[in-house]
Amino acid sequence: MTQHTRAKSQVGTPDQFTPSGQIQFGVFFQGVNSGTIWKAPESGSQTDFESFRRIAQTAERGLFAAFFLGEGLRLREHLGRPHALDVVGRPDAQTMLAALASVTQNIGLVATQNTTYNDPADLAHRLASLDLVSGGRAAWNIVTTDNAWTGANFRRGGYLDHADRYKHAEAFVETAKRIWDSWETPDGPARRVLHEGQHYTVDVTPRLPRSAQYRPVLFQAGDSPEGRSFAARQADVIFSAHPTFDDAVEFRKDLVERSLAAGRGANAVQIMPASEFILAPTAAEAAEKKEWVRSLQIGPQQAIAYLEQFWGRELSAYDPDGPLPEIDPVVEETSETRGSGFHGAKARQLADQWRAEAKDKGLSIRQFVTSKTARIDSTFTGSYTAVADQLAEYARVGAVDGFNISPWLVPSGLDDIVNHLVPELQERGVYPTEYRGSTLREHLGLEAPVRSADGAVAAARA
Amino acid sequence: MSTFENPGFLAIELDGAGWDGADLTRAVLAAESAGFHAATFTDAPAPGRANALQRAAFAGPVSRTIALVPEVDTVYTEPFHISTQLASLDYVSGGRAGWIVTAAEAPGAAAAVGRSVVTGAALGQEAAASIEVSRRLWDSWEDDAVIRDVATGRYIDVDKLHYVDFRTPAGFAGPGYSVKGPSIIPRPLQGQLPVLAPASLIGGVPVEAVDAVLVSAPTPELLAAEVRDVRARVGAGVVVVAELDLVLDARGQAAAARGASFDGGRAAFAGSAASLTDFLADLLKEADGVRLHPASLFVDLEELGRLVLPELRRRRALRPVVQDGTFRDLLGLDRPASRYATAAAAPAGAGK
Repeated sequence: MTQHTRAKSQVGTPDQFTPSGQIQFGVFFQGVNSGTIWKAPESGSQTDFESFRRIAQTAERGLFAAFFLGEGLRLREHLGRPHALDVVGRPDAQTMLAALASVTQNIGLVATQNTTYNDPADLAHRLASLDLVSGGRAAWNIVTTDNAWTGANFRRGGYLDHADRYKHAEAFVETAKRIWDSWETPDGPARRVLHEGQHYTVDVTPRLPRSAQYRPVLFQAGDSPEGRSFAARQADVIFSAHPTFDDAVEFRKDLVERSLAAGRGANAVQIMPASEFILAPTAAEAAEKKEWVRSLQIGPQQAIAYLEQFWGRELSAYDPDGPLPEIDPVVEETSETRGSGFHGAKARQLADQWRAEAKDKGLSIRQFVTSKTARIDSTFTGSYTAVADQLAEYARVGAVDGFNISPWLVPSGLDDIVNHLVPELQERGVYPTEYRGSTLREHLGLEAPVRSADGAVAAARA
Repeated sequence: MSTFENPGFLAIELDGAGWDGADLTRAVLAAESAGFHAATFTDAPAPGRANALQRAAFAGPVSRTIALVPEVDTVYTEPFHISTQLASLDYVSGGRAGWIVTAAEAPGAAAAVGRSVVTGAALGQEAAASIEVSRRLWDSWEDDAVIRDVATGRYIDVDKLHYVDFRTPAGFAGPGYSVKGPSIIPRPLQGQLPVLAPASLIGGVPVEAVDAVLVSAPTPELLAAEVRDVRARVGAGVVVVAELDLVLDARGQAAAARGASFDGGRAAFAGSAASLTDFLADLLKEADGVRLHPASLFVDLEELGRLVLPELRRRRALRPVVQDGTFRDLLGLDRPASRYATAAAAPAGAGK
């Protein structure tokens, strides 16, 4: 696949979106989540380097564009104590990726890093270091955080208002870009970078030259209107929570509009939704496998704990195979440790809704929680050939540029995807048959940022 | 004190291998095959110098025996991040990680994060606080906290995780802060990473807080005496490492003619491999280890590997290199129990 299909976009005008006709894969090695099955005998360690090595090398064998790691800033809690039931324990993203850089050759290495509890000059330097040691394969998945609960682990504490998080994030990202852009020639020297903002001041003379891909690729994960516009202005790739076909097409339209409004081309920002794959040789086997996966993801204790987050109280007296608790939730107390979409005032209303829904459908606690938590929208279940056909349709329309896969088993969770799904996709001509170059920017078919006259960097297609 | 009955170790500073992955691999493998026990990675700001901890992490999976010890600043870097990054380095190196504590007195480092410059005694306070935060976080998961108990559905035993509730002490010179914990990563493979600090910080940093001190002197002649002085100050429980710049006769060129310049404020040795061998053999009778800073990494490393280390080993001045050993093993340190361990009383000195 030496001829990148994105070249087609040159046929149209920059304000017309042109599907690439291709699907890319990324893999998200999750260190903290309820989706990873640890109860199966074949489940391995979540922190051993060998788990990371195996998944990264398998992904590279399957020509995945990128390997992603999350960032941990505070351990999740449940009813005021660390949460005991899910996989937990997450090495530092960039340290782990630097190590993986030495045992991989091509795959992109993406570190999720927040803009609130990092310092811009330090983070930019570390990302530039990762980009150089990996030969131009680094990326930054930009996230925002703004709560005092997380801030309790940091010198600054909880200093940032929720309303300011994107404003703050954007100033942070622009400062990082200026740092990466400050190296005048291959031999230096660097220009001094100054930033004086509401929350911090940066005065730094950067130390590192540009990498083979110019600077780290930028991913962004927010899905609110502010998050989408921020991505349209700043990012190369956006994660979205819109993997179902119609939803994905809508999201693409919205993002194209926002990109054009930001003065960038219609194809400037790529889309890679998070997804889960449950695959087997036949549809029946895949369905059976899905039952097995779900039963291990949501055991009786997980089902009760899930409700406890929303009820804000202990519910261990309830039978996971019985109806939802008739007892009302605690409403006065809310915190970051409870469900993310949950706020106190809504608690009783939500409980009423859920009780009614479960009763209507005749679901037990466990069945109900499974229906709520299983990533139904983001799960592709089926035979290898059927799922390959489905993904080919996404590629044809350009609904997405790829999928970011969360394996439900560590470290063998990509094996069937790489061994069976990837060849099916390659046969259909919608998946790369070799890496396009040596950098992540090249794998994704992104154009290199270009330096403008005043030293600022603008997207080539802008 | 190191004698031929109690041989020492050699560390080499790998600055000069640059940021390129291939160069880093070549450097760490050359140092490992030459028989060095540890590789260090300086992090002082300099054009072209990539982050030390990431260079060390890159070297982790491609090496097997050599300890990987980056410098990490304690004044302008977030303690929670430092702790996690170093614990992660221990994972990717199979327990071969250490930490050289630095306390930057650099206006540039302060300006980069928008803080005022920290100087004097406050440097030691900042360093001491960061070390304490890291050590508490490393202990905050007891060794057996991950239980994967299918019957109860519990992945971790919550009773074996601990909030560290660190607060900077009264009289702390800089802006005080607190860190809640626990860590977001299980306890490092070594339990606690060995912490090395320059002797100049000891005092501000309590000697109990470190595992090893790095000793500098203005000239090679003064180095052994300085090592003795520092050992008297820090006591027998702390490893003493001498710092030495060097430039060797190499490739038909005399050391003096190689035009090396050093600015680390350390003793600098210039001469033949044979005279360096004699010098190190004597120095290793006083110091537990020596950290070498070669003028030109690959040129001097070749001479060291070919001529110096084999002869030191023949004279039994060097400890054996241990396959799959930890950095603590090399330094002769036990693996400590977590300070929070509830199962049994922690042994004395478990704070390290």
